[in-house]
Amino acid sequence: MTLELISFLVLAFVAIATATGMLVSRNAIYSALFLVLNFITVAVFYLLLGAPFIAMAQVTVYAGAIMVLFLFVIMLLGAESIAGEFNWRRATFPGLLALLLVIESTYLLIARARPSGEIAPPEAAVNTVNNLRDLGTALFNQYLLPFEVTSILLLVAMVGAIVLTQKEKRVP
Amino acid sequence: MIPINYYIVLSAILFTMGVIGVLVRRNALIIFMSIELMLNAANLAIVAFARAQEITTGKPLFEGQIFVFFVIAVAAAEVAVGLALIVEIFKSKRSIDDDQMSSLKG
Repeated sequence: MTLELISFLVLAFVAIATATGMLVSRNAIYSALFLVLNFITVAVFYLLLGAPFIAMAQVTVYAGAIMVLFLFVIMLLGAESIAGEFNWRRATFPGLLALLLVIESTYLLIARARPSGEIAPPEAAVNTVNNLRDLGTALFNQYLLPFEVTSILLLVAMVGAIVLTQKEKRVP
Repeated sequence: MIPINYYIVLSAILFTMGVIGVLVRRNALIIFMSIELMLNAANLAIVAFARAQEITTGKPLFEGQIFVFFVIAVAAAEVAVGLALIVEIFKSKRSIDDDQMSSLKG
C-alpha cells in the first residue's frame, strides 16, 4: 500500500459516503451540503489526476456557484420541510437495477475496453503555471469556436431563467 | 501508482448512485442534484482516461480537460434553467413532488 493508494481509498470512501448521505438525508439542505462535499472530493481527485485547472473550476463553479443556486432555491421554496424522505421499500427494485448497472458498466469499461496502464501521480512540473498556460493556449486557439458557443449558451440560459421566473406575463 | 480501473469503478459507482437518486427520490430538487452527481462521475472518468493517455503517450494532452471544462459550463447553464422551472412549478402547484406533476396525463 503506497501513500497514494491510501489517499485514493480514503477519498473514494468519502465520495461514496457523501453521495449516500445526499441520497438518504431527509432534509434537502443536508443533501445539498453533502453534494458540496462530494464535489470538493472530486476536485481533489482532479488534482491527483494532474488537472489543477479543472479542480479549481470544479470548486468555484460547481461547489461555489451551482450549489449556492441550489441552496437559494431550497430556502426560497421552503423545500426542506416538504421533502419526501427516502423510501426503502420503493428503493429495492431500482436498487437491484442499479446494481446491475454497476456490474454492466464496470464490465463494459474494464473488460471490453481494456484500459491499460496505471495512473502515476503528477510530477511537480505538471502542477505549474506552464500547464495552465498551455491549457489556455489550446482553449483559445484550437477550441475558440466551442468556447464562444458556450458563452452564447450561458447567455441564453440566463435570459431563459429570467423569462421563466418573470412575475407578470405581459399579453401584447 | 493507482490502476486506472480504480477510477473507473469509482466513477461507475457514483454514476449509479445518481441513477438511484433519480429513480427513488420524489423531491424534484434531489433528482436534480442526482443528475449533477451523474455528470460529475462522467467528468471524473473523462479526466482519468485523459491522464492515462497522457502517461501512455508521454506528452501533455489537454483535450480531456477542455471537454470537462465545457461540460461544467453546460451544467451551469442547465442548472439555471432547471431551477427556474422548478420555482415556476412550485408557484403553480405548491409542491415539487414529482408524483404530483401529472397535469398533462389524459
